[in-house]
Amino acid sequence: MFSNVFTPEQIEAAALCLKTEIPFAIWETLYITVLSTLLACVLGLPLGVLLVAGEKDGVRPLPAWLLHLLNGLINLLRSVPFLILMIMVFPLSRLLIGTAVGTKATIVPLVVAAFPYIARLVEGNLRELDPGIIEAAQSMGATPWQIVTKVMIPESVPGLLNSFTLALTTILGYSAMSGIIGGGGLGKIAINYGYYRYQYLIMYLAVILLVVLVQLFQSAGTKAVGKADKRLK
Amino acid sequence: MIEIQNVSKTFVSGRTQVEALRDVNISIGDGSIFGIIGLSGAGKSTLVRCINMLERPTSGEVYVDGQNMGDLAPLQLRAARRGIAMIFQQFNLLMQKNCLANVCFPMELAGTPKAEARKKAQELLALVGLPDKEKAYPAQLSGGQKQRVAIARALATDPKVLLCDEATSALDPSTTRQILQLIRDINQKTGITVVVITHQMSVVEEICDHVAILDGGRVAEQGPVSTVLSSPRSDAGKRLVFPGRTDERISVSGRDKRLRIIFRESAATSLPLVATMAREKGIIATVLEANTRKLSGDVYGTTLIGLPEADLYEAAKFLSSFENVSVEEVPADVQ
Repeated sequence: MFSNVFTPEQIEAAALCLKTEIPFAIWETLYITVLSTLLACVLGLPLGVLLVAGEKDGVRPLPAWLLHLLNGLINLLRSVPFLILMIMVFPLSRLLIGTAVGTKATIVPLVVAAFPYIARLVEGNLRELDPGIIEAAQSMGATPWQIVTKVMIPESVPGLLNSFTLALTTILGYSAMSGIIGGGGLGKIAINYGYYRYQYLIMYLAVILLVVLVQLFQSAGTKAVGKADKRLK
Repeated sequence: MIEIQNVSKTFVSGRTQVEALRDVNISIGDGSIFGIIGLSGAGKSTLVRCINMLERPTSGEVYVDGQNMGDLAPLQLRAARRGIAMIFQQFNLLMQKNCLANVCFPMELAGTPKAEARKKAQELLALVGLPDKEKAYPAQLSGGQKQRVAIARALATDPKVLLCDEATSALDPSTTRQILQLIRDINQKTGITVVVITHQMSVVEEICDHVAILDGGRVAEQGPVSTVLSSPRSDAGKRLVFPGRTDERISVSGRDKRLRIIFRESAATSLPLVATMAREKGIIATVLEANTRKLSGDVYGTTLIGLPEADLYEAAKFLSSFENVSVEEVPADVQ
């Protein structure tokens, strides 16, 4: 069936690529995606907590101007298309990593794009929590910090894991775009072979592998949520 | 001792103001079980939250053991809250922690050493009758069991006051009775002061010794349960004690008058009053509603009868001539 669509040379080139370049590309994709997501969580989780805890009737109200500022920042970053954002953060990449192109440098735009997204996801997760549970903790004399670290976050773990999975798969998609600025991984392969050299077979291979990765992440995430959630047992 | 003095609370949202509490004065003695009853929207939940400052009164003071709760700095307030435990209608257990961890939780917040907290939590779970549920998660428990865990958790920091916010309203009648029994046992064993918020008269009858009736944010009346429940003076009290089940549909004719006969003692309760009245005075009355209940050891009974207007005066005179029996005319709208 393949020989009707693809010439033997194309199939041979794809097989070669599969052996030589693709394993490393898979590794690069995984490493960029996971590292970027983790770094984005480091920023996004506290930010999401601030948005909920800092509200007017939250556990530790913040000045209204600060909340407006944080919300504005998140909305601003969320509204810039990722393709443009990648270029806009060049100066920041140079400052932090020393270069604006290449695999490592793609981590910067990925984190900048992902942390506001994660902050919103975390905000949503924490808002789902039954306010009665927070009230109970307050009635026991819990400090705002204790409420955040011992009630809000632990009680939201299943939702947070779900959000983490969602963020991971979204960032995986973004990381594929970073082939444009020289970032490595499956995205680069798809663009270089498929878009620039018309080797569609290799492009399809890369895309199929991306799909498989997303599936794997998602089913692992769903499993982890099921295991973590004590409400389902 | 809990003293609620001239407490008012107004909620402001946008341009609308809601007066949830208006000049509430209540004093709750140590070791008593005090009921605060009212229909939904009467301000009960707001009032109970003013005791531990989960809601701050707009004006007025709350003293717990002589301490003005409104004056406390955040740190002092948190320390004071450890002495005022609270249980809730929806239990509010940590759903991701097992029962043992839930009971340990207030001790963890207070910085109690882990081993000590564990041991105490095990004792408390045994006290509430769930020694075998340490490892169970709240989702695996029934409503009554969840409330037992919540009670164990509330007792973890040896509080002097237990606030129960509609604690049995989500439970079925038999579980309700068991939970109330447990609360009364704990009250008798430890001398803890209990404040019970409820909309169910049966809860007040079952465990309270004092009661305040809240209506539209005001205290309509308060006093010992036996006094308030046997002869409520306020309209709100009458509505709660004699819920309006006998409406016009039951009445034989619109011209009928109604009398409520109140018996105050078991001997009076066993008198065949309506039959005696028919035989001796020839007045035929219709029994619209009757019940007997036990309040703080005494038996009380009420009977609502309907009779022709012409016989009203004669009947009232005849019935009130018996000892421990009183009679009042009941307007058609308040039953």
